[in-house]
Amino acid sequence: MTLFGYRLPAMSSLILWAAVWEIVGLSGWTFFIPPLSEVITTLFSVIGTPAFTKALSQTAYAFGAGVFFAVVIGIPVGILMGKSRIIDELLLPWVNIFLSAPLTALVPVLMVLFGFGMKSIIITTTLFAIWIIILNSRAGVKQINRSLVEMARSFGASPLDAFFKVYFWAALPEILGGVRIGVIRAVKGVIIGQLLISIVGFGALFELYSNNFLMAHFWAVLIVLFALAFSLSEFLGYLERRISYYAASR
Amino acid sequence: MNQRSLFLKLLSAVIVFGAWQIAGLIPVSYAFPTFTESMHALYTITMDGRLFTAYAETLRPLVLGVAISAVSGIGLGLWIGLSSRFDWLFSPIFIVMQAAPLAALIPILVMAYGIGLTSKVFVVCIMAMPVIVLNTSTAVRNTPASIKEMGRSFLASDRDIILKIIIPAASPVIFSGLRLGVSAGFIGAILAELKITPTGVGDIITYSRSIADYPTMYAAIFSIIVLAVLFLNGLERLENTLFEGNNRGYVSD
Amino acid sequence: MSQTSDAFGKADPIDIDSAVSVRGVSKNYGEVEALRDLSLEFPRGQLTSLLGPSGCGKTTLLKIIAGLIPATAGEIEIDGRKVTGPGPDRAFVFQDFALLPWANVLRNVSFGLELRGVGKSEREAVAEKYIGNVGLSGFEKAYPHELSGGMRQRVGLARALSVDAQVLLLDEPFSAVDEQNRRKFQEDLLALVRNENKTFIFVTHSIEEAVYISDQIAILLPRPSRVSEIIRPTSFRGTKADNIRRSPEYLDIVDQIWASLRNYVE
Repeated sequence: MTLFGYRLPAMSSLILWAAVWEIVGLSGWTFFIPPLSEVITTLFSVIGTPAFTKALSQTAYAFGAGVFFAVVIGIPVGILMGKSRIIDELLLPWVNIFLSAPLTALVPVLMVLFGFGMKSIIITTTLFAIWIIILNSRAGVKQINRSLVEMARSFGASPLDAFFKVYFWAALPEILGGVRIGVIRAVKGVIIGQLLISIVGFGALFELYSNNFLMAHFWAVLIVLFALAFSLSEFLGYLERRISYYAASR
Repeated sequence: MNQRSLFLKLLSAVIVFGAWQIAGLIPVSYAFPTFTESMHALYTITMDGRLFTAYAETLRPLVLGVAISAVSGIGLGLWIGLSSRFDWLFSPIFIVMQAAPLAALIPILVMAYGIGLTSKVFVVCIMAMPVIVLNTSTAVRNTPASIKEMGRSFLASDRDIILKIIIPAASPVIFSGLRLGVSAGFIGAILAELKITPTGVGDIITYSRSIADYPTMYAAIFSIIVLAVLFLNGLERLENTLFEGNNRGYVSD
Repeated sequence: MSQTSDAFGKADPIDIDSAVSVRGVSKNYGEVEALRDLSLEFPRGQLTSLLGPSGCGKTTLLKIIAGLIPATAGEIEIDGRKVTGPGPDRAFVFQDFALLPWANVLRNVSFGLELRGVGKSEREAVAEKYIGNVGLSGFEKAYPHELSGGMRQRVGLARALSVDAQVLLLDEPFSAVDEQNRRKFQEDLLALVRNENKTFIFVTHSIEEAVYISDQIAILLPRPSRVSEIIRPTSFRGTKADNIRRSPEYLDIVDQIWASLRNYVE
């Protein structure tokens, strides 16, 4: 939007919304929304506390491990599905099912199988992220231009050369797109896992704050969490744009 | 050709359910019943009607939440897509919502609205709405310039351009946004039943877990996944027949 | 038009009955000058091609005439009336067809009349007639994705004809159509210019196409865009379509245009 001929930056309206929040908070309209300024002061006092750093490191660990497994398993499986028709036909229905299935329903199973701890949360995170990574890697391999493949063969590339010098790069934009969406889903997965298995990480922190009606603390942690998630997704979007500059002109 | 694909689908199902059966027979865990035990439990809860009363309970917040999200989400999305001012004002909120783990809001929703239906409807809404809004606004914004230009050169009014060109052109992507919204709504509805108060299918899952009746627990989970997948596949089929010839472009979460 | 006039002579604006006059039109996009002080007359009932290398602003000029983009300076007159926006006196044929993918051929062709508030049965009767004229009878219920590129452009053409505008604006209409269909189209267009008393303004980047179909060719040169030459082929206009490409004048003009354009090809 432009105002008096000056182009306002894309996300600048958030400042306006922050002001609205502050006013609503100051008006004392509801106990659940304290003024933003109070939340920010609380934020700085909370950030250093051991409870917060512990929750953050536990969450980061579960998230990192979950994404790691999703990527390390997802990409090869996706590439395999893109290259082999029989594997594709055997696995695709299941990938599609789990892509759209309400995965929250599986968390209770993970809890009874793997206990109420980190392991279940990591698996939840992986389950949220992996399917879209598989599907996109598969799509990336499938869309590779036939003439690129034929070019590699006509210049006598060995299968290994063809894979690392042609297929991988040609499929990279889609694979990265899948990883980006997968990571965003993983953020949601790790929080859902912690909420349902609420004895570790932010799940425990939320429980503590809401049981003690510490509204400002609660919002402070939420802001940190949302800001981290948003920055992560923007950063990955930026990386994807940087790397897939050639995606449109393949 | 078609027979081969059907055969492979069956084969793939047999392999997976067979593996489940074998894993249950070993057993890999005391809490891992076999496939047949679970299916038998599914048969039992279907026959004694527990499954149906449970779904009546589960689907209520889901349907309400998705309906609210669809109406307000498409309305907002159209508005955002058509007006750069509202785009500037509202888009950032939904972009952040799309990336953020909104499930973290549940404890506060429970405090504000209690443990009843309202909170659950809210959970479904916050999960389903962002993707619906963003798909709608993106679709409206991405209406091909040449058909809008065509409308103008044939003297279409602004109203004509919105009703006869932009909305029909955007509807495939709006519809797929709805489908993604329903999918997220399912996640929200189950999450609400597991986290807020155990009702409906969430109650069957939680209760049978607490009395270690694992086959029933697996049966309930199996049923909700099948239901969600069948419903979403149905929507996708409908989408393909409705918008057969349209150029399609997706934005996805 | 005198048959004996020099094919390469500059057209004299005074003895032409102009349907469309472009006077001193400039267009700037910020710092970039797309068109500078461009003037051109389009004779009534004839086909004028705007020919030039890519980036010479020929499509910009066409869209300014259509009223889709405002000019920075200068004015366009159609039958003495100033252009301020799109009007019922002009119809546009788009390079990418601009068909509604969710509407069948009949609705697409009648869409222009629909926007003008013509009743359903009336507009469909008109549309039927032009669908027949462009050779698409039997495809009324087909959807654009079921048609070939050539057939889609016939739909676009029928839509433009059905609003009965005096001026037809064609923006590289055959560039997305395969060679054989393009030739057929060019022949049909010649017949159309002869039979319908309409003024055609045709943007193209194909020299052969321009010479083949035009009564008048305006050669535009880029940066900033200006009219460098106006060519009016004479000797082969009256002959049969089949003979045009063998006429010495046709070949001479093609060569001459290429000679003046080759320096501008990157």
